[in-house]
Amino acid sequence: MSEPMVKAEAVHKRFGRLEVLKGITLELNRGEVMCMLGPSGSGKSTFLRCINHLEKIDAGRLYVDGELVGYQQRGDKLYELRESEVAVERSQIGMVFQRFNLFPHMNTLQNVIEAPCRVKGARKEQAVGKARELLDRVGLADKIDAYPAQLSGGQQQRVAIARALAMEPKLMLFDEPTSALDPELVGDVLDAMRQLARDGMTMVVVTHEIGFAREAGDTLVFMDEGVIVESGVPRDVLANPKHERTKAFLSKVL
Amino acid sequence: MAAIVLLIAAVIVHSVVTNDRFQWGVFADYLFDSRVLRGVRLTLELTFVSMAIGIVLGVVLAIMRLSPNPLVSGFSWLYTWFFRGTPVLVQILFWGIGISALYPKISIGIPFGGPEFASANANKLITLFVASILGLGLNEGAYMAEIVRAGILSVDEGQNEAAASLGMTRLQTMRRIVLPQAMRVIIPPTGNETISMLKTTSLVSVIAYTELLYSVQLIYSVNFKTIPLLLVAAAWYLFFTTLFSIGQYYLERHFARGATRELPPTAAQALKARMVGLRSPGGGRSGGGGQ
Repeated sequence: MSEPMVKAEAVHKRFGRLEVLKGITLELNRGEVMCMLGPSGSGKSTFLRCINHLEKIDAGRLYVDGELVGYQQRGDKLYELRESEVAVERSQIGMVFQRFNLFPHMNTLQNVIEAPCRVKGARKEQAVGKARELLDRVGLADKIDAYPAQLSGGQQQRVAIARALAMEPKLMLFDEPTSALDPELVGDVLDAMRQLARDGMTMVVVTHEIGFAREAGDTLVFMDEGVIVESGVPRDVLANPKHERTKAFLSKVL
Repeated sequence: MAAIVLLIAAVIVHSVVTNDRFQWGVFADYLFDSRVLRGVRLTLELTFVSMAIGIVLGVVLAIMRLSPNPLVSGFSWLYTWFFRGTPVLVQILFWGIGISALYPKISIGIPFGGPEFASANANKLITLFVASILGLGLNEGAYMAEIVRAGILSVDEGQNEAAASLGMTRLQTMRRIVLPQAMRVIIPPTGNETISMLKTTSLVSVIAYTELLYSVQLIYSVNFKTIPLLLVAAAWYLFFTTLFSIGQYYLERHFARGATRELPPTAAQALKARMVGLRSPGGGRSGGGGQ
């Protein structure tokens, strides 16, 4: 039995006095898509950011591909990894942000080849070839020379997906990838994500897109106030929510 | 209003031209005097070298200041505190006169009694030029640090996160992602600093370095034609500050790339737009207005 791609054991995170994650335990198998749902402030984005160590966890254990994220265990004590070691871990985990965060001073192609060239030391011709392929896959082959400011939100987000994929990650994290988009632009981004899921990418998606969670998700996790309220097969959770809080949330968004 | 301005301007120009105590003939004689030109060259040299030191130092200090390590950021704070808190004239005098009195011999080696690799007489090592660029450059570093820091902080935190999520280290992110974007905020005040530096170099005349001001001082201390020679210096300073301002405009335009969809017009384009606007009444003043 192969190890799960993501494994969380009682993950806690606090910002000052505010406890945002109060013991998150979950597993995500390779090739599966997990969608995380919940009201804002429920801690789902924070948990996502813990997975690539953008946030440090305060207690518990978090593994990606069998390795502790951001820490090293010696005896029963945890030691934080050096910056360069964290960077290596992160280079294997792609992330797509709500606000795209493309590099505005670089054109589309430069955005996509920057990390492969600088972090992985890829040869430029190779990186460019791969970037063209990826941009073609997200339907932006004709926007290679455009700067982010010249692209629509939907186009920017698809470039951001291509940029993350260029590092050939084993896991992709999506932090509300369509929340900052105009409604008519959401479809193209979701299509790119569906395609990725079909290709077998392991994904964690924080989203408010119930439709996407139902069709593309293998598991759905509903979070509220820093805990997992319920989880399961998306169709079941959405059709027959067991918990009152899930029912209340779904009645508002459906 | 315009009439009053014109009148005042006319009065000033008339008095400057007709008052023969300005001695415009002497001014013309000395404008391209070889000693003056040498002073101009040394002033420019000082400006560029000091600014280069200031910029490099400023970037390093700004990055240090933003370091999570309190010792590193503390050092940067202390540096800025000291060099901004004392007058640059005092610092120049210190490097020009004080340092060789304090440390007659300067050596490189292992500190606290270890072996010595090289040593030199401070008076020989710290020439007037070295003292000048140390005084000006180290001081400038403190100001540039604040400018660079403001630029770095102006870049959206999401850029750091995106770069980090791709596996870039803090230094890679700084060099490739943050600093290029910070440039847009850093360049305009740096241009001002350069213009200001060009004028501040005149302070090293106090340690007798023969830059532009001290060169004309040497001449008028012999021939007593003080006013026209000071005007010669002023004319050269003005010429180069104007030149720098034009250069700054194009630099800013270059770094606006990616931030705006359309580049602002070049100076020549703006002028052309204005001319066209003047010729066709009521049309197209938008291009060149303002300033």
